[in-house]
Amino acid sequence: MCLGIPGKVVELFEVNGMKMAKIDFSGVVKEACMEYLPEIKIGDYTIIHVGFGLSIIDEKEANETMQMLNQIAALGEEG
Amino acid sequence: MKFLEEYRDAELIEKLLKDLEKVITREWTLMEVCGGQTHSIIKSGLDQLLSKKINLVHGPGCPVCVTPLELIDKAIALASRPDVIFTSFGDMLRVPGSKSDLFAVKAKGGDVRIIYSPLDSLKIARENPNKAVVFFGIGFETTAPPNAMAIIQAKSQGINNFAMLVSHVTVPAAIIALMESPDIQVDGFLAAGHVCTVMGYWEYEPLAEKYKVPIVVTGFEPVDIVHGILKCISLLEKGKYIVENAYARSVVREGNIPAQAVIQRVFDICDRPWRGIGVIPQSGYRLRPEFAAYDAELRFPELQKIETKESSLCISGLVLQGRKKPPECQAFGKECTPQTPLGATMVSTEGACSAYYRYGRYINA
Repeated sequence: MCLGIPGKVVELFEVNGMKMAKIDFSGVVKEACMEYLPEIKIGDYTIIHVGFGLSIIDEKEANETMQMLNQIAALGEEG
Repeated sequence: MKFLEEYRDAELIEKLLKDLEKVITREWTLMEVCGGQTHSIIKSGLDQLLSKKINLVHGPGCPVCVTPLELIDKAIALASRPDVIFTSFGDMLRVPGSKSDLFAVKAKGGDVRIIYSPLDSLKIARENPNKAVVFFGIGFETTAPPNAMAIIQAKSQGINNFAMLVSHVTVPAAIIALMESPDIQVDGFLAAGHVCTVMGYWEYEPLAEKYKVPIVVTGFEPVDIVHGILKCISLLEKGKYIVENAYARSVVREGNIPAQAVIQRVFDICDRPWRGIGVIPQSGYRLRPEFAAYDAELRFPELQKIETKESSLCISGLVLQGRKKPPECQAFGKECTPQTPLGATMVSTEGACSAYYRYGRYINA
């Protein structure tokens, strides 16, 4: 239940005063509530939990983490 | 899918594990709090690849597993009523109650519906004005904002035939209960990344300091988990008892402020019993008095008379506290399987027994 799936925002709209989005999960498009992500915009990636976006994936942080992990991995390979 | 494949890179994991072997000098016991992480660890085989110096124990972070038996029985009683449509996340349907489960109720003609989002319950309520629609609102802090939004929307849209059977629990209270228990030895925690997405991680900072345990916010993919373990072991080896974030693409220290505001608007904090563990003080959310009209336990007061009976064989309470691993249970894989579960840990996709059974960890290593 705490698991979430990353997807890309392809459309934003409103239902009953709630901010909603269409989210593309590698070709499967589903609607989700974006009420907790007031700043989200089309093209952002978000993680969806039980039909709600709870975070916008920070691409800069993701890239930095991957770079750091690759550096550690290179150290693991040495000696 | 972007943000998935790169976190399942076997070659990267192998290299990171080699680095871990260089860092680690002694045996350490780490607990991953969240059952979603337990499944990821067992499914990816990390439990078998990791340094033998690391003992991974599995924590209580499976909301389906810790929902008290009394509430499961109340759910079954409600779902059996002809005037009720009972809605739930799918995992709850096979959780054993004292005598039955929600699937059995559905098989006998009860109107039990699996939903994807709590908001789906409101649609069902609008379409069925002559029935009460009761949603099983369970979970940790991750599902609290979605469930709270269903309550707010019910009120603002005037949907009065909607109610929620609430069983919400919180992670920091569980960590306190574990660390206050004299016979539980955990050296470091991997904190649940998506709970922290909502709540941030500032709540854990005083706990790390008080109990002298590093706590590392950790994601769910195999690379994320190895990253969390690496950080946690590095902190332990340096004797540093602080909180670090190994899931920065989703988690910031202060968490999701709008989500926290809605949690606070709809819920207040209460003592709550955890199945197999007992009452943990200040560990749950309940609906605030201004939302009492949506509280299923108040709307159906006859539910208070329910008597419960647990299986005498099941040790899921010990599994949920990391005191035992699933194969140590005499019923594991025998009387208790996913088809005939004695405890909720064998049912849920976040339950440790289910993970061990599904991925073939039958032998007590």
